[in-house]
Amino acid sequence: MEVYFDNAATTKIIPEVREIMLETMEEEYGNPSSMHLKGVGAEKYLRRSRNIISKELKCEPKEIIFTSGGTEANNLALIGSAVANKRTGNHIITTKIEHASVYNPILHLEGLGFCVTFLEVDQNGKVNLEHLKESLSEDTILVSTMAVNNEIGTVEPIEEIAGIIKNYNKNIIYHVDAVQAFGKRVIYPKRIGVDALSMSGHKIHGPKGSGALFVDSRVKIAPILYGGGQERRMRSGTENTTAIAGMGKAVEVMYDRLEENIKKMNAVKQTLIAGATEIEGVTDNSGESSHIASLSFAGVRSEVLLHALEEKGIYVSAGAACSSNHPDVSGVLKAIGLDKDLLESTLRFSFCENNTIEEAEYTVKMLKELLPVLRRFTRK
Amino acid sequence: MKYKAFLIKYAEIGTKGKNRYVFEDVLCRQIKEHVAALGEFVIRREYGRIFLEAESDYDYEDVIAELKKVFGIVGICPVVVEERAEYEAIKQKSVAFMKECYGEKSLTFKVNARRSDKSFPMKSMEINSEIGHELLENLPNLTVDVHHPDVILNIEVRKQVYLYSATIKGAGGLPVGTNGKAMLLLSGGIDSPVAGYMISKRGVELEAVYFNAPPYTSERAKQKVVDLARIVSGFSGMIRLHIVNFTDIQLAIYEKCPHEELTIIMRRYMMKIAEILAEKNKCQALITGESIGQVASQTMHSLACTNEVCRMPVFRPCIGMDKQEIVDISEMIDTYETSILPYEDCCTIFVAKHPVTKPVLEIIKRSEEKLSDVIEELMEKALESVEVVEARAEDLMK
Repeated sequence: MEVYFDNAATTKIIPEVREIMLETMEEEYGNPSSMHLKGVGAEKYLRRSRNIISKELKCEPKEIIFTSGGTEANNLALIGSAVANKRTGNHIITTKIEHASVYNPILHLEGLGFCVTFLEVDQNGKVNLEHLKESLSEDTILVSTMAVNNEIGTVEPIEEIAGIIKNYNKNIIYHVDAVQAFGKRVIYPKRIGVDALSMSGHKIHGPKGSGALFVDSRVKIAPILYGGGQERRMRSGTENTTAIAGMGKAVEVMYDRLEENIKKMNAVKQTLIAGATEIEGVTDNSGESSHIASLSFAGVRSEVLLHALEEKGIYVSAGAACSSNHPDVSGVLKAIGLDKDLLESTLRFSFCENNTIEEAEYTVKMLKELLPVLRRFTRK
Repeated sequence: MKYKAFLIKYAEIGTKGKNRYVFEDVLCRQIKEHVAALGEFVIRREYGRIFLEAESDYDYEDVIAELKKVFGIVGICPVVVEERAEYEAIKQKSVAFMKECYGEKSLTFKVNARRSDKSFPMKSMEINSEIGHELLENLPNLTVDVHHPDVILNIEVRKQVYLYSATIKGAGGLPVGTNGKAMLLLSGGIDSPVAGYMISKRGVELEAVYFNAPPYTSERAKQKVVDLARIVSGFSGMIRLHIVNFTDIQLAIYEKCPHEELTIIMRRYMMKIAEILAEKNKCQALITGESIGQVASQTMHSLACTNEVCRMPVFRPCIGMDKQEIVDISEMIDTYETSILPYEDCCTIFVAKHPVTKPVLEIIKRSEEKLSDVIEELMEKALESVEVVEARAEDLMK
């Protein structure tokens, strides 16, 4: 049995997406900026995708900027807004559990002279709102938090966060990294006070190399790429029509079946958690998001269990990317105060709507088989 | 300037008496194999010299890079060919060629002409002095020194005229295939690929063995070792890599033997398995990357202990080298970047915090007796399940 439980890493492209991508490769291969018919034909795919995404976010089509993925969307939002607003202030607020594509651009900005506050989270991974209130200052120009944590699946209270920020100073830009939320939850950024929101295509059955940033039209951000002035000058470079068309189609399909998908993923998640936690020494760190389960396995190194599951056809992620030589233990697991011994014993299982209860049951069965054996042999 | 041919210089082969032609044969075959994918080439042999001649277009840098990987070559002289065997043409070509090779550098030189086409109207000595004169006139920074020149312009007059001067350093050593075959114990580390390279340089064909320990080691760790074998095979020729599943043996040692002796006992069984595979595959020796004192399992006591299980000679070319010296070679042969990828290998997964550094053979043997009821069967199983990968340099780019 092959069980792909690594959908928070990436997903398989669905047939509808593949089809529309082929169309743009084989028929409508023109440059959307070309003046002739081939250009017009290609541009239609951009417009369509932009319309689909703006409809789901309830924003204006012109507020969507296509990028090469979630990483670029985060970089553009963070660096772009810091650079454009540096005259207003130099203080940035983020959290201790952000993805590297938020954390590292912010470290870069810190190196350029911006002051950064990293907010604490509670034992469930939720942002400490009191800490946020205390941290806001006259100098604050930007706050960035994620919508759903990529390792444990915590759903952050972005509406409350937005409320606190806007109540303090409506000019502070609030950016949300929604890469793990988009296509899996309903988010209307403009209605709750989110000024910029990052999305990725390949986490929701779209192609790798596709992504987008929503930026509220009232908000000023500077581009990070300069050139031909595509995407309303916010993102130069010939538009990747194939990826953008694929992402648009993926978004359409995913939101079309959203409620059903959430139910399906939740059922798989609950089956896995209930079954696995029956085993001695297995604990659950999962947040509310329907597609991510985080489990700790006392006495087993995550890398070893990962490869043992791999031998059984089950593909998952280590809670922390680690190796014996360079332990690089997860910031999220540390931040939620996970027992030190469990930091290197945690796995992430992440689902899509095509996973089944049987797959979860098979995984539990394999865990029951593998854990006693692996626990016999540990580093002493 | 376009080089039509390469004069291949070799050294040690020349000292091998009657076997010399055998060595030359092997060297020519190696050269052919190395450049086969880069264009049409023929090899011409005459009077103890080897010319590699291009019969199609080729990329000069690529060919030089490939020739530098052929063991047995000490130097490569790019050769310019003048189609017209006429003095005037030779003169012009000589001046242009020397200008391109040495520019405005101040050097001493001499001309060394050979005339295999005796119908050419000038004698070698005449060519030497006339061309020498021309060079002095046209390249004011050159001076003549016939006894100890910095550079020599060689002119060979045949139906065409061959000019060559600068020598590019080759890899040295002896052509692979002239000195038997050995089994390399290849881990994912820095040392073992270097050890394989060094032994292969003496003309030895390589096979290799890797001990895999899934699920404690990953598919990526295995892929890394395959890649290392491929890089080394760029010098040694194709390496048959034997991948042994070592997990069960390792777990048996873990459960039954004292923990601080785990690594040393493990290595003894690795050597035993390597030797069996070496015998099966007609190898005459084993090769390891060990270096005295580098880690607990490589102290003199430990080496003596692991060595004891082998009947075959075990060659350890890194034995007296410091880590940095080994790193330098690994950088030169391009294995370093791959070696330092951080995947766990089977030697580190269960390593004790304080392994024995002065193991006593008698004690180790007594510990091994605890395995006596299972080890035969486990060894057999491991040997039966060996996976063989043929590692070739060209697959690195695929």
